[in-house]
Amino acid sequence: MSTIQESAAETQAATVDAPPKKAMGLGRTASWVMLIAFLILPLLVKNFVIFQVTMVLIYGIAVLALNILTGGSGQFSLGQSAFYAIGAYAAAILIEHGGVNYALTLPAAGIICFIVGFLFGFPALRLSGIYLALATYAFAVAMPQLLKLGVIEHWTGGVQGLVVTKPDAPFGLPMSQDMWLYYFTLAVSIAIYLASVNLLKSRSGRAMMAIRDNEIAASAMGVDLSIYKTLAFGVSAGITGVAGALGAIAVQFVAPDSYTFTLAIALFLGMVVGGVGWLPGSLAGAAFIVFVPNIAEGISKGLSGAFFGVLLFAVIYLVPHGARQAAIYAETLFNKLRRS
Amino acid sequence: MTFRQKLRIATFSTAIMAFAATGGSALAQKKYDTGASDTEIKIGNIMPYSGPASSYGIIGKTEAAYFQMINEQGGINGRKVNFISYDDAYSPPKAVEHTRKLVESDEVLVVFNPLGTPSNTAIQKYLNAKKVPQLFVATGAAKWNDPTHFPWTMGWQPNYQDEARIYAKYLLKEKPDAKVAVLYQNDDFGKDYVKGFKEGLGDKAKSMIVIEESYEISEPTIDSHIVKIKASGADTLMDFTTPKFAAQTIKKNGELNWKPLHIVTNVSISVGAVMKPAGFEHGQGVLSAAYLKDGADPQWNDDPGMKKWIAFVDKYMAGSNKADSGLVFGYGVAQTLHKVLEMAGDNLTRENVMKQAASLKDFQTDVALPGITLNTSATDFAPFQQVRMMRFKGEKWELFGDIISSDGGH
Amino acid sequence: MELFINQVLAGIATGAIYACMALAIVMIFQAIDHLNFAQGEMAMFSTFIAWQLMQWGIPYWWAFLLTLIISFVAGIVIERVLFKPLAKAPVLTNVAGFIALFAIVNSVAGLIWDFTIKQFPTPFGSSPFLGSQLISTHQVGMIGVTLGLLIALFLFFRFTRIGLAMRAAAAMPESARLVGINTSWMVALGWGMASAIGAIAGILIAPVVFLEPNMMLGVLLYGFAAAVLGGLTSPLGAVLGGFLVGVFENLVGTYIPGVGNELKLPIALALIVIVLVVKPNGLMGHTVVKRV
Repeated sequence: MSTIQESAAETQAATVDAPPKKAMGLGRTASWVMLIAFLILPLLVKNFVIFQVTMVLIYGIAVLALNILTGGSGQFSLGQSAFYAIGAYAAAILIEHGGVNYALTLPAAGIICFIVGFLFGFPALRLSGIYLALATYAFAVAMPQLLKLGVIEHWTGGVQGLVVTKPDAPFGLPMSQDMWLYYFTLAVSIAIYLASVNLLKSRSGRAMMAIRDNEIAASAMGVDLSIYKTLAFGVSAGITGVAGALGAIAVQFVAPDSYTFTLAIALFLGMVVGGVGWLPGSLAGAAFIVFVPNIAEGISKGLSGAFFGVLLFAVIYLVPHGARQAAIYAETLFNKLRRS
Repeated sequence: MTFRQKLRIATFSTAIMAFAATGGSALAQKKYDTGASDTEIKIGNIMPYSGPASSYGIIGKTEAAYFQMINEQGGINGRKVNFISYDDAYSPPKAVEHTRKLVESDEVLVVFNPLGTPSNTAIQKYLNAKKVPQLFVATGAAKWNDPTHFPWTMGWQPNYQDEARIYAKYLLKEKPDAKVAVLYQNDDFGKDYVKGFKEGLGDKAKSMIVIEESYEISEPTIDSHIVKIKASGADTLMDFTTPKFAAQTIKKNGELNWKPLHIVTNVSISVGAVMKPAGFEHGQGVLSAAYLKDGADPQWNDDPGMKKWIAFVDKYMAGSNKADSGLVFGYGVAQTLHKVLEMAGDNLTRENVMKQAASLKDFQTDVALPGITLNTSATDFAPFQQVRMMRFKGEKWELFGDIISSDGGH
Repeated sequence: MELFINQVLAGIATGAIYACMALAIVMIFQAIDHLNFAQGEMAMFSTFIAWQLMQWGIPYWWAFLLTLIISFVAGIVIERVLFKPLAKAPVLTNVAGFIALFAIVNSVAGLIWDFTIKQFPTPFGSSPFLGSQLISTHQVGMIGVTLGLLIALFLFFRFTRIGLAMRAAAAMPESARLVGINTSWMVALGWGMASAIGAIAGILIAPVVFLEPNMMLGVLLYGFAAAVLGGLTSPLGAVLGGFLVGVFENLVGTYIPGVGNELKLPIALALIVIVLVVKPNGLMGHTVVKRV
């Protein structure tokens, strides 16, 4: 607490330092390189790596959803695991009990979560900062217990969970289940990413960001706070639900233990590491939460938690603003090289 | 064709001839699946080294140490064991990721002793589809003994439901008019016990059970549940809880001066890690059932099996707490796999490993109670099915009654 | 009626645990303006230090005092070494730092002292209090210490120079600096005090829940709820919040038919959220004036 900017930031709500609007997306060249890399990747690696990268994409969607809420509208949520769980269970129940095609469960999960998120947004209107964090946190903590509830055990499988069938590639495509699911997830991720970038560029997105930067000023400019804040919650929850549904299909299993508060923490870390408010960073954040625990336990079994913590500290010391900061370095470096 | 290639073909054809000659007899010829070779056997494992269930991580460390010991003693039939263990933090998605890594990247022969009902359920379908043994899983759910549907999955410890049936039988015999309170952990573990217990009581369940109370593992203390249970007027307490909560219950009962007939599960019977923290004075008369010896119980100091275990712990797990029941469990289950791999001889195919695992006859591990042995068959994938009842007295458990076999309980 | 009184008493006894933890949370919030996720783990580690000292034969009260000093110093060191460099980083990055600290402390404690539960002594004894079997002398002692701590904190913040300086530094860092307060060291001092209070909480809680590396996971969860319910800026609110959560939860579990027992925590949390919707700054919190 040593600079003047700090005390300005303390006035309220500015949990997020505003990234310039242009920085929301990714440069054109970089986008194409990424896309091509993702398209050819499965041809080069083993099935289990394809599965891992699928999980990165899925968590990437969930982190992106949190980013829309926190980076986009300045609301802080520790409850994303609850929406992820609802999406996962919605998909699992529809596939296993309803016989619904897996692809159709995604929009269903998205809509269900959108509604739950939207409703959740109402009490959230009255709360801000840490109090909102507690409300969402309560939701995340309560979710595994709700899923275990005896009354709905017939549908949810209770503590035993539900095993989900993995889809085969359609039209007799000569592709393994993993590869097909990867491309399917990739397509969904790209669609969600593009839609999110456009959402934040749109009128609604600008309204949300105005709320993030200064609630009272935004309201004075005629932004309807309650609509946009609840909308941000709904959209974020809906996207998280889609990620949850994809996760259920990829892992082929849902159980209360998969969706504890630890998952909410992981998604939160993914957002911080990726850079709050920078959507492409979600992918980097997701890669962090999938791979860094593996690296940590590779160093030591007994101290895997400690090494995870150390690695996390290393990242936030080097780039306190997350992957966005790293990307900006890289871009300046790249431009310098090109000019010289 | 180079000389080398010629030689290889020649060896190959000899091998085929030899195979034909012995009529495919398993032991006569070396046969390998992925994960086994002349020099090495790769074993995969999943454990929660971090996260909420990290207290079980000691099991994985013990198994790693056990195989280190075996390797130093020359390995199994001359082959070194390469034990690869990953941390799933008790999260099923992570368990799936690591299992796939073990099978597809590390190319292990078997996935051995993965821990937790949720994690094992998540990987069961995958491993059975891939025909990779999911051997001796570290969970007591009843569903692992299902060779018809899941021929590649096998349990190890006595299952929770059967154990609870034994307690039910005991109550029906010793205290048929008991007013029973059931306290259970609200997860797969607790609910399995409740299910088995109610089935064991049969028609009398409704009249005997006066209160059922569940708690969440996230609750810091369960004192208020005990208060409620005591107020219900019950005179018998079925305590289906994990060690920390069992210790809390025993202690609270002592403080409340409430002395019901108190039965705890066999996961919560460690003298050093449950009874001592709870206070020996509070634990007098508590009942349970066991199949393994307790590492901190002095009555086994001269037991030949436990002497080997103590020597192992002192050399390979130096500095660890002998009261930790994970050390006994890990040793016992690793020794069982050791035995199975020994039996498999030079035929290290996954199919044969599974076959050998299903042909254990009266195998006695160093750490099982005297007289309690492991038995399996093609239709029986539940290795441990025997327990002995015991009562806590002074500072140790006293066994009583005969060895009870739990398989007839259905 | 008897069951009701029993459950309220049991709730107060458990609530004392939450209240203790909530006090430490409020302390750190006063100093740094956000919640420290690693608070519970730091308290757990302090308790292990106390246990270790006693294992080495140091008498209870000396071990207690030494632990407080060690925790206080450790809190300051952690702030200086780990979090001062992050002072200019975004708030959420700091929160990520707390999570990292959580992981490190938990894992290291597990490696040093393993995961078996350990008995922790109490100076108050654990016999029934005044003949009532529902509340033990230890729990009464715990409530007493919590209230004593509360009064001490109140006096400290209200009447001592340094307490006033800390409040000023947290509330208006800019103005505080202008009047010559070293705000940076006030933050470090806050960490030290929170860490020491956490140690007291841990030492009081351990005899009830048993000492092990994961002992604070559940306590922290309830402690947060209690602190937020009370209003994060008020020590009195935190203690009140702790008792209320304890009693709330028990009554929900006892009296809501059907799902009450299975869902006592979710219902208790929902009630807290409802309270917060009505009083967005908690029961005893101050309203923060927003500037445009």
